[in-house]
Amino acid sequence: MTFDTTNREKVIEIRDLVTHYGDRMILKGVNLDVYEGEIIVIMGGSGSGKSTLLRHMMGLEKRTSGTIHLLGADMEKVSMGEAFEMRKKMGVAFQGGAMISSMTVGENIMLPLSEHTELDPLTMEIMARMKLEVVELAGFEDLMPSELSGGMLKRAAVARAIIMDPKLLFFDEPSAGLDPVVSSQLDQLILKLREAMGMTIAVVTHELDSAFTIADRITVLDKGEILMTGTVDEIKNCDNERIQNLINRRTEEEILDPEEYLNRLTGGEIVPNVKW
Amino acid sequence: MSGSAAEKTKQAVENLGRNVVSGVQEIGWGSSLLAESLFWLFAGPKVKQPVRMGSVFAQMMEVGVYAIPIVAIMSGTIGVMLAIQGIYTLSIFGAESQVTIGIAYSITREFASLITGILVAGRSGSALAARLGTMTINQEVDALQVMGINPVRFLVVPALLAMVIMVPTLTFMADIMGLLAAGLYVSADLGISLSAFFDQTVEILKVADVLHGLEKSAIFAVLITLVGVANGASVKGGAEGVGKVTTRAVVQSISAIIVTDMLFAFVVTR
Repeated sequence: MTFDTTNREKVIEIRDLVTHYGDRMILKGVNLDVYEGEIIVIMGGSGSGKSTLLRHMMGLEKRTSGTIHLLGADMEKVSMGEAFEMRKKMGVAFQGGAMISSMTVGENIMLPLSEHTELDPLTMEIMARMKLEVVELAGFEDLMPSELSGGMLKRAAVARAIIMDPKLLFFDEPSAGLDPVVSSQLDQLILKLREAMGMTIAVVTHELDSAFTIADRITVLDKGEILMTGTVDEIKNCDNERIQNLINRRTEEEILDPEEYLNRLTGGEIVPNVKW
Repeated sequence: MSGSAAEKTKQAVENLGRNVVSGVQEIGWGSSLLAESLFWLFAGPKVKQPVRMGSVFAQMMEVGVYAIPIVAIMSGTIGVMLAIQGIYTLSIFGAESQVTIGIAYSITREFASLITGILVAGRSGSALAARLGTMTINQEVDALQVMGINPVRFLVVPALLAMVIMVPTLTFMADIMGLLAAGLYVSADLGISLSAFFDQTVEILKVADVLHGLEKSAIFAVLITLVGVANGASVKGGAEGVGKVTTRAVVQSISAIIVTDMLFAFVVTR
């Protein structure tokens, strides 16, 4: 099955994205298009840069070079007011939920409404309860985030992420730390959201089963570079060794540079410091 | 792992340089934070991002109202301590009755604001650093940002406003409690009536003396908030990191308070 990109608008357009963390280069020239209404899964091992890529897509980090267009605009180049407007059209469910711990679940979910709209409290409460119904957490609005389990927190975070009916939804490791049943419930929820609201959804995960279940397309990231972007079948059937290693859970033999190895072992003490 | 003396010296100088640079960087960050806070306070409503008064009041309760008992007890204790030391010192010249001057000036100009500042730094500065640190680690700050809610407006401005209102208020209360406790001790020890003590105090003190303490305490309030926020936001590594920045926030804000106190006194008194 191929993914039909004709007649679909590009919602996210990333070109030659290079980022650094301190002196270390994390993303080394990433190009990615995400189309309207698709679920794209960003996959890769730990340290591959997938979370960094997601943070850049959400406009949380400053990049070294390259461009990221979200919904047609580059968040680093628009005015503060326009950036606010853009943010109203996106939602995010972070790994641990990231619910504000001093507020109840209900207050958390209503937060974007109370900050960005002039709705009366009753309407906001009704909307929050509607979203809680969607994530199957009805009746939990008066609890504090600390009283919820890990899976419930993630679902509550989804309710908060969709309260403004965003066009773009980001998920950071939705299945991390969850048992298989709860994890697959969350997968179903993601599919349901796309179906019901037509959102474009970007998911970062290292869980293969989850990725194969929900993705329209998968992009595989390794050591800061995109190895391949394609449909589930294309990824499964490709003959790239690194991708096959990743999806077959094989560990990769690290190719070692003898000098670097010596340097690492000795903490750089024996190898002469060429900088001086 | 080993090195010649020259290399060690080089290392030490390098470290000193790095620390100075990072210190200057932090001061710069704090100033821009203050500027940003003022921007949101005054321009926020225009861009439909007002500061919520509800959270300001909640912070005022936390910073101010709940601190009343401890500030009252501590300023009272300082008042008695000053009375004891004052009477002891003046007894050398047989001038015990002049103790009121020393007490009145030192409490209003110095001790009330200092003890209030230190107590609030310990209670609320640390709490602010811990809260922001935890929120940063739990990605709550990121979540706010993605939701289009500016963290400075949402988290920092209410705390700053609450501090700037409540620390001078607490200081004024500390003035009264300190003078009252000192007056009680003096009247018991020297046999002067309490009302005579207060008449004398009112006669000695000018409004400027009380204001001297209150103005200083407003500066302390800003310092406590900025140091707390700067430390909380710079947290690294889980729960241990939060502990570290909390301790750092308390030590730094108390140091900043004492140094500023001296500078303020120097500039204003001379």
